[in-house]
Amino acid sequence: MTIFLAIILGLLFGFVLQKSGAADPHVITDMLRLKDFHLMKTISLAIGTSSLALYILLAMGIIDVSHLGVKSSYVGVIAGGAILGLGWAIAGFCPGTGVVALGTGRKDALFFVLGGLVGAFVFTLMYASLKSTFLFDDLGGKATLVRTGSEKFIALLPSLPAVLIAGVLAILFIFFAIQLPEKRTS
Amino acid sequence: MKNFIYQNQWDWRTSGFALGLVFILAVALVKPIGVSTQFVILDGIVWNFFADDVTVKSSDSNTGYSSSNAYLNKSGGKYAKSISNPANYSFVFVLAMVAGGFIASKLQVTEENNTTPPNVWKERFDNPTSKRYLTTFLGGVLVLFGARLAGGCTSGHMMSGIMQTSLSGYLFALSAFATAIPLAIFMYNKGE
Repeated sequence: MTIFLAIILGLLFGFVLQKSGAADPHVITDMLRLKDFHLMKTISLAIGTSSLALYILLAMGIIDVSHLGVKSSYVGVIAGGAILGLGWAIAGFCPGTGVVALGTGRKDALFFVLGGLVGAFVFTLMYASLKSTFLFDDLGGKATLVRTGSEKFIALLPSLPAVLIAGVLAILFIFFAIQLPEKRTS
Repeated sequence: MKNFIYQNQWDWRTSGFALGLVFILAVALVKPIGVSTQFVILDGIVWNFFADDVTVKSSDSNTGYSSSNAYLNKSGGKYAKSISNPANYSFVFVLAMVAGGFIASKLQVTEENNTTPPNVWKERFDNPTSKRYLTTFLGGVLVLFGARLAGGCTSGHMMSGIMQTSLSGYLFALSAFATAIPLAIFMYNKGE
């Protein structure tokens, strides 16, 4: 059953990434050089609507809280994000969009994915010597802004109602998506 | 409906709602979407062809699998288990993404989105193709090294993370945009 869901959801995600333009390095690059905000509006709307839906469905008990997966905060999240950003800018792909672009037959995406396999392998080999360095110093653990209802995660705003705070944040993302112009005007 | 499927690119509203729907469906039915871990899993599967002891069955570990490599062995041999059983949810999900991209591109009216290298590159650099391949390869090395150090990528940290209001998602997104935006502006500042 989970393999069936993997196929359906993976197909859907790949299809939507391609149709949204996210798998086109031209679109990503023009977003990063602040020229065309189509993709920025898309991402912001997607985060806002999914977050709003998630916290409403959690509150209603329709989504099981055990399905959540919050990642840890540590120094490497910031350092790794910065390194990823450099590669993102020069290639115009991130891991998911590179994989989808490979499916569309883009040759440059093939080189991106091969490079990605090398980069992931280098990290796999280096992990033993990195894991006790400052890069894995804790910055708050598995923390969320709002209360998720799971004991595995630390809520930074535990006394405020989760739906309200998550809802306000989600509406800010949706508002940003609507307000941002499609293209830079200058 | 037909237009909707065959259109080259959806507008931002359709794209955003559709993307949001996929993220909420994934967490409702299984778990949040993530991609970059599967590069490690594929590496491990290939590595297993060349060495027999990369992942082994082990009754001492929580997952029943262990590895001589510290990364593959972490969290009770979680990655070692996925490498030994490639027909698992997360790996099949990423393979299906490739197929999803393929189907979407075949259902496109024109192939204009599918040029290699992208126009933004052609407008900026004289000798496009071979340099483009080298650049995307190096970009791939940086992106996946960075994603593994961060413990996730644009899908897992930025989208799934911020959706759940994860602190790590915000930290990751700020940091990734903080290097990507200046570098993209610098790199293409002479282009159209």
